[in-house]
Amino acid sequence: MERIPILRMGPNLLVSIEVDMYDQLAQTLLDDLGDRIVREAARGVLIDISALDVVDSYIGGMFNRIAQLARILDAETVIVGIRPAVAITLVELGISLRGIKTALDVEQGMKILREAEVGATGGGLVVHQED
Amino acid sequence: MRVRQLTGELAAQCCFNLVDRTKTVTAASELARNTLRFGGGGSVSLEILEDGVRQGLRLTFNDKGPGIPDIEHALSDGFTTGGGLGLGLGGAKRLMHEFSLRSVVGQGTTVVITRWK
Repeated sequence: MERIPILRMGPNLLVSIEVDMYDQLAQTLLDDLGDRIVREAARGVLIDISALDVVDSYIGGMFNRIAQLARILDAETVIVGIRPAVAITLVELGISLRGIKTALDVEQGMKILREAEVGATGGGLVVHQED
Repeated sequence: MRVRQLTGELAAQCCFNLVDRTKTVTAASELARNTLRFGGGGSVSLEILEDGVRQGLRLTFNDKGPGIPDIEHALSDGFTTGGGLGLGLGGAKRLMHEFSLRSVVGQGTTVVITRWK
């Protein structure tokens, strides 16, 4: 059975979408992600779509489902690599990726996930007072 | 999906810019999914149009599926029978310049979309 590989990067999972998602593949990805998030106590899911030059409402719906699943399992979702033409089309399609963070690339995305994690665990600002 | 590849190639041939090409291929993707999932498969034809000065690309999606009982409803955003975002038909309509849908319950559906340069 074909499945999208899920890589582990620290406390986060990385998924790179490079092929067209048909129903079975999307469902398998959702199942696999749910499984891995829980099994590995992942804190974040990073979806890299820099290889996609087309995102339709079905794929958009899949992202929303992934983000919803992650949220329920206490993980953050970031989508990276959205091409400008894809972004414009998503707006015109009326697809809102509400509640999903986005970033330019994997590096930026990881930064967002790290910062979200720090915020979540209450890492605050440490002020040193020099006398 | 071959439909997207073909559409993309023709759109480029017809000298659409990248954004127009993306919109056209995305609309084609929506309709192709519908044809496959609900129409039980079907056919699509692509046509480069020339109307005086302007050029365009027309795609016609045909299926002999169950048809759409409530077209008005199906075109509204949020309506979905397939677990998507329900924006397929309405979305495709928004992305293209021309959109027409003909459907007879029990016989099939034909959707024609056109984008002009």
